[in-house]
Amino acid sequence: MIREFSLVDIYYLLLAARWTLALTGLAFLGGGLVGLLIAVLRVSPVAPLRALGAGYISIVQGIPLLAWLFVFFFGLPILAGVRVSPWIAAMVAFSIYAGAFLGDIWRGCLQAIPRQQWEASASLGLSFADQLRYIIVPQAVRVAIPPTVGFLVQLIKNTSLAAVIGFVELTREGQLTNSTTYRPFTVYIVVAAIYFAMCFPLTQWSRSLERTLRVSR
Amino acid sequence: MRYAFNFRDIWAQWPAIAEGIGVTLMLTAVTMLAGLAIGALGAAGRVYGRSWLRTPLAAYVEVVRNTPLLVQLFIIFFGLPSLGVRLDAVTAALIALSVNLGAYTTEIIRAGLEAVPRSQIEAGYSLGLSGVQVFRHVVLSPAIRIVYPALTSQFVLMMLATSIVSQISAPDLFHIASIIQSRTFRDFEIYTVIAMVYLALALILKLLFAATAQIAFARR
Amino acid sequence: MSLVELRDVVKRFGANTVLDRVSLTVEPGEIIAVIGRSGSGKSTMLRCINGLESIQGGRIVFDGETVNDPATNLRKLRQRVGIVFQSYNLFPHLSVERNITLAPRVVKGMERDAARDLASRALARVGLADKIDAYPDQLSGGQQQRVAIARSLAMQPQLMLFDEITSALDPELTGEVLKVLEQVAKEGMTMMLVTHEIGFARRVATRLIFMHSGRIWEAGPAGDVLAKPRTPELATFLDAVLH
Repeated sequence: MIREFSLVDIYYLLLAARWTLALTGLAFLGGGLVGLLIAVLRVSPVAPLRALGAGYISIVQGIPLLAWLFVFFFGLPILAGVRVSPWIAAMVAFSIYAGAFLGDIWRGCLQAIPRQQWEASASLGLSFADQLRYIIVPQAVRVAIPPTVGFLVQLIKNTSLAAVIGFVELTREGQLTNSTTYRPFTVYIVVAAIYFAMCFPLTQWSRSLERTLRVSR
Repeated sequence: MRYAFNFRDIWAQWPAIAEGIGVTLMLTAVTMLAGLAIGALGAAGRVYGRSWLRTPLAAYVEVVRNTPLLVQLFIIFFGLPSLGVRLDAVTAALIALSVNLGAYTTEIIRAGLEAVPRSQIEAGYSLGLSGVQVFRHVVLSPAIRIVYPALTSQFVLMMLATSIVSQISAPDLFHIASIIQSRTFRDFEIYTVIAMVYLALALILKLLFAATAQIAFARR
Repeated sequence: MSLVELRDVVKRFGANTVLDRVSLTVEPGEIIAVIGRSGSGKSTMLRCINGLESIQGGRIVFDGETVNDPATNLRKLRQRVGIVFQSYNLFPHLSVERNITLAPRVVKGMERDAARDLASRALARVGLADKIDAYPDQLSGGQQQRVAIARSLAMQPQLMLFDEITSALDPELTGEVLKVLEQVAKEGMTMMLVTHEIGFARRVATRLIFMHSGRIWEAGPAGDVLAKPRTPELATFLDAVLH
């Protein structure tokens, strides 16, 4: 039976957007942990560790996110021996994926701190740990915020792919709504509008952060 | 229960995989050219155009970059028919991919255009060159040189993103993977193999771009 | 007929009046040196003459054509007025030859071989014939400016404008550029130079103009004006510059 597309459908789509945001948040947490590890590896004085980090980034970034989703969706059950829900598969895949990109971004931010900062703080007698804690990392974090917020936007858009493995977020809800209302144009325009409402403010925020950063340098 | 990995069945399907690679490469090549053209025009419009041109272009860039490619694809393939425009999967894929890439290339090239020092442009005008001639000979070439790394990175990302068109059953590499999956029931193996093929394609593409840079930007 | 005539020219940037009713005539063959403090309007005046800046009042006439008239074909006019800037003159992605031949080929439709000949001759005039295939980043600042002069000369203009072309150069490279300017002057080119090189102005210029607050404050034969400043502003300026 075909229903008319109505406000109720918009309501359900908005509800599904919660799952988009939830998945984004968890992916960001998971990816953040991985990213921190990768960033540290990349700036390590030990060459093999640096290569490990670089290899991870290259491999993860060289494979489509869809492929990662499917590999974990079909591969995790084999490794873990149990059937894996779309949640877990999506979480792992997104964390691996986001970790590579965040690691690369954060590595760049750490390396952007001029050597003079290291030299100046060392000349003041600070230990390596103190240098990191009081001088280097605070500055790196400031530099890192705009591109990280920018990547958050990418992450929100990327969660749409979780629909393909059956995860019911905004895009999947759109597909389901379409299959009952048969109004693809309307449905997907509304879906796009909701994504836009989530992403655009973040994009603008990232830009204003970057401007503030540039002015104060 | 131990899972018996079986990759042999996958290798037996290599003709289908090769076809998929062909389609993916075709999609990538056409999208790259279209994206470059849209980007050059869009960037020029945003930098040199009047507000009646700049505003719609800004809207285009913001809308495309703040919505997922998958949804854009669905709008074009599933949505347009209800407005009377019926497209086959490959055409819809090319349109969606090009429109998407165009928004990114517009911004990348725009940054390049704005990076060319103003006195270069004034020198061009002062020699009697017209606006179009200044753009073509003085601005565009240095701008592309500056943004070449960012541009080619975006192209590689786009090649990987073509996997999305499998969701409207366009016969690309990723779609072939799902077909092979239904034939052999080797889920994990097929997607692992496909992942490695994409990785190889990405690497080859990066090498090609590096080689092109050597040739195109060489001093003659 | 004068080659260049400025009549009561007014130029504003927002609320700032940069040229305050400037009037000036330049005859063919004259060498005009323009000196003054930064912000006095000297560069702006030069840039108005070839239409790089628009004016809000008055008239600028070049060889009978009114520059500030919207109907004037600025492209055609600019083929007859050469300008050399302070920095970032040359196109870095083009060789010296292509820098020089770009305009003749693209604007005048010259053939490639004829254009290369033209470039060789222009480079010979500035003493850089052997650099024809070099790229700008392989040249010193002084060499780059000389190539920029050759590039403008290649279009065979009636007037050459120089906007502080030695200001961005290391001192030891200034000499070679000034020598080229003297040579071009000797060949009879009409030139207007905004410059800080007072000694050069005294030696080469036929007329010197001192600008202050957007107006022509003093003008006359170079030697006279410099030896006997009639206004305190010029005296202060010379005092500051010549120390």
